[in-house]
Amino acid sequence: MSILITKDTTVIVQGITGREAVTMTREMMDYGTKVIGGVTPGRGGREIHGVPVCDSVEQLTNKTRVDASVISVPPAFTRDAALEAIEAGIKLLVIITENIPRYEVAQMVELANMRGAKIIGPNCLGVLSPGEAKVGNLGGRAEDAKKAFVPGSIGVMSRSGGMTTEICSTLTAAGMGQSTAVSIGGDAIIGSSYAELMPLFEADPDTKAIAIYSEPGGRMEADLARWVKENKSRLPVVAFMAGRFMDEMPGMRFGHAGTIVEGKADTTAEKIERLREAGIGVAERIEDIPKLVQQGLA
Amino acid sequence: MGLFIEIKVSPDAAKDPATVKKLSEVCPVGIFTAGGNGELEIVDANVDECTLCELCLGVGAAGSVQVLKLYDGNQPLERSR
Amino acid sequence: MRFYEYESKALLAKHGFPLPKGSKVAHTPAEAEAIAREIGGPLVLKSQVLSGGRMKAGGVLFTETPAEAKAAAETILKLEINGQTARGVLVESKQPIAQEFYLGVTWDGTAKKPVMILSDMGGIDIEEVAEQHPEHIAKRHFSTLMPFADHKAKELVASLGITGSDLNRLTRIVATLARVFQQYDLTLAEINPLGKLEDGSFVAVDGHVDLEAEAKGKHKKLLEELGIGEDETRQARPPTPFEIKGREINEVDHRGVAGNVTEFDGTLGLVIGAGGGSLTLFDAVRKHGGDPANYCEIGGNPSVSKVCNLTKLILSKPGVEKIAVMMNVVSNTRVDLVARGVIKGVIEAGHEPSEKIAIFRIPGSWERDGFKLLEKYGVEYCDRSVSMYEAAGRAVAKMKAA
Repeated sequence: MSILITKDTTVIVQGITGREAVTMTREMMDYGTKVIGGVTPGRGGREIHGVPVCDSVEQLTNKTRVDASVISVPPAFTRDAALEAIEAGIKLLVIITENIPRYEVAQMVELANMRGAKIIGPNCLGVLSPGEAKVGNLGGRAEDAKKAFVPGSIGVMSRSGGMTTEICSTLTAAGMGQSTAVSIGGDAIIGSSYAELMPLFEADPDTKAIAIYSEPGGRMEADLARWVKENKSRLPVVAFMAGRFMDEMPGMRFGHAGTIVEGKADTTAEKIERLREAGIGVAERIEDIPKLVQQGLA
Repeated sequence: MGLFIEIKVSPDAAKDPATVKKLSEVCPVGIFTAGGNGELEIVDANVDECTLCELCLGVGAAGSVQVLKLYDGNQPLERSR
Repeated sequence: MRFYEYESKALLAKHGFPLPKGSKVAHTPAEAEAIAREIGGPLVLKSQVLSGGRMKAGGVLFTETPAEAKAAAETILKLEINGQTARGVLVESKQPIAQEFYLGVTWDGTAKKPVMILSDMGGIDIEEVAEQHPEHIAKRHFSTLMPFADHKAKELVASLGITGSDLNRLTRIVATLARVFQQYDLTLAEINPLGKLEDGSFVAVDGHVDLEAEAKGKHKKLLEELGIGEDETRQARPPTPFEIKGREINEVDHRGVAGNVTEFDGTLGLVIGAGGGSLTLFDAVRKHGGDPANYCEIGGNPSVSKVCNLTKLILSKPGVEKIAVMMNVVSNTRVDLVARGVIKGVIEAGHEPSEKIAIFRIPGSWERDGFKLLEKYGVEYCDRSVSMYEAAGRAVAKMKAA
C-alpha cells in the first residue's frame, strides 16, 4: 500500500504546457500515473501527450473527478494556481515551483486547511508510491524511477528532492522497498511537514519504518520528535542529518531556502539531540540508513 | 565540430532553405542557423550543448543529418522513437 | 535579507512609528558632530553593522557634546564587530525611558502563520525572557487570508494585563507593525526595546527588519528608497569576488543552476549538487579530513557551457589542485551534460581531465553516455554502488597522495 496516492489517483498538471511540465507529464504517464488533463490559461483546446489542456481547473473538475494537481507554474502565479485548485475541490496539491515568498505559501496552506486539502511542497519533487504512481518529477524518467524506487515497507520523507532518490536507491540496493516516498520541499514553510505526514504512515498497515533526510533550519525535526514521543509511534524512525558544517557558520545561506542557522534550535547538533531523545536513530552516512532501519525493526 | 559531438549534414540538405529552416526550428540548443544565402551554418559554440534529442534526425531525407558521438567511437546517433 | 538598524527605522518611520529624536546616519566623524549639534545632548551613537552583540563589542557609545560625538564616531567607524566594519554611525538623542517593551512579528513555521510577540520586559534577549519569565510574554497568530484586524493586536496587549492609555497606544503600534510585516513580505519585524517615555508616548529605540530574499523583486521600490543595492546579499559576510563571479556565471545563462558558490580556503575544488546533495557531500569531504576550496550547487539540468564556466572559475582559484565532481542520484540533471561541462572546463583551463578530476560520482539520468565520456578522457568515476561518502573519501585520499 501507500499514502497520498495510488494507481487510481487522477491527476492534472497546472502549467502543463511549460518546458519542464511537458517532460514531467510524459514521465508520470510512463510510470502509470492517471494524468487526465492540464491547465494553461490561454491554451485551452490543445492536447499534451493525448490529454486535454484547459483554461481553468474548473473546466476539468466539472467533467471528471480530479484527486490531485501538480503545480508547475512560475512563482508569481503559483499562489493563484493553488487557490484555484483548492476552490475547485481538489484535495491533494503537489507544488513543484520554488522561490515563492513565505507569506504566499502561508496563504495557500491556510485555505487548504479550511477546505480539508493537503499541500506537498512547494520547492519539492513530489510523491512516489512504487508500483502505484508518481505525482511530480520525483525519480525522473519512468525507467530511472523504477531503478531507484521499488515497492516495500519503508516510508521516506525528505526536505531535499534529490536526496529522496539517493536514499530510496540506497534502501533498494539493501533489499528494502518503499511504501511511499515524499519530497516534502525545501522551503521554510511547507504544506506538509514530517510530523503532519506521520499519521498517514502510521495508519498505513504496509509501512513498517520511516527514513527521513533533514537539514539545518526550522523546527520541523523538533516537531517530528515531539509527535513520535507523544503518539508513541509504532514506526521506528531513522534520520540522516546533512549540513553539519553549517553549525559553525551562522547567518550564511546554503542549500534550500529554509536552510539557514539563525538560532541555536536551527543547528544540526541541537536537532540531532531532539531526535535522539525521541528514540529516533540518526545516521552518520546515507549508507548507514538500511542498517539502522533493520535495527529499529528488530 | 565540438569536443564531444560532430554534426554532419548532407550537401543537398544544407543547400535547401526549407530543410535549413526546419533544422533551426527543431533544435532546442540552436546548433543550426541559416546563413545569408539561406544555406546552413553550424553554430560551433552550441554543438557540445547537443542533448541527443534526435529531433534533427527526422528533418529532410533519411540520413541527411548525422550526429556523431565523438566520445563513443564516433558512433552516429540513431533514432530511438 | 537583513536591514541595518537605520534602514529598519526608516521603514518604521515611513509608517508613522516615532523614533528617538534626531536619528540620522553619519558616515564621517564630522557628520556625526554636525548631527549632534543639531539634536543636542545627551546622545547615543550606534555602530551600523548587521551582526549582534554591538553593545558588548563597544559599538554603542553615550556622549553629551558634539565634540565627544565626533570622537565616539571615530572610534566606532574604526571598530570591527565580528569581522564587520560599520556601514555608518547612527546618531540619536538619548531620551529617558520609563519602561521597556519587546515587540516582534515573525513566522511560526509549525503553525505556518505570522505570530505577534509582546513582552513588558524589553531590552533583553527575548528567548531568555521566554525561558525565565514566560508569564511576561504574550503571543497571537494572525490570518494571512483575512485583512489584519486591530482587535487581534488589542487582545495581544490586553493578555499581558495592560490597560488604560497604554493599551490603546500599544494596540495601534502592534497593528501597524503587523501590517508592515504583511505588506513587505518581512520574515522578522522587531522593535526591542520599544520604549515608553515619561510622557506616556512610545518610541522605537532599536529596530530590526528582515525582508524575505524571495520577495526582493516585489519590493524594488522600497529597496531603492532605502538605498539598498540590488546585488547586496546581506549574509553574515559580504560576497567575495570569487562568489560574485560565480553568481554571474549562474545568472548569464538561464538553463539550470550552477550557483550558490561560497568560497573557502582549501585546495579541493568542488563541483557538487544539488541543495541537499551539496550539504551532504560537503560534510563528507570534511569528515574525511578534506580541505574544500568552495561550496556550490549545480542542479536543474545546467547547460554544458554553464558547468564549463563554473569549472574554470573553480580551477582559477589560487591553491586549487584538483576538483571533485559529485552529486546524489540525479533525475533531471543529466550525467552526460555535466561530464561534458567539467571535461571541457578542465581542458580549456589548460589541464588534463584525468589529472585534475579527482573523482566523478554522479549516477542517474543519462549515466551510460556520461560514463562513456569519462572513460574516453580517463577520468575516475563511480556509479550509485559507491556512496556519496565513499566517493568523497576517494577524492580526499587522492589529494593526500598527490
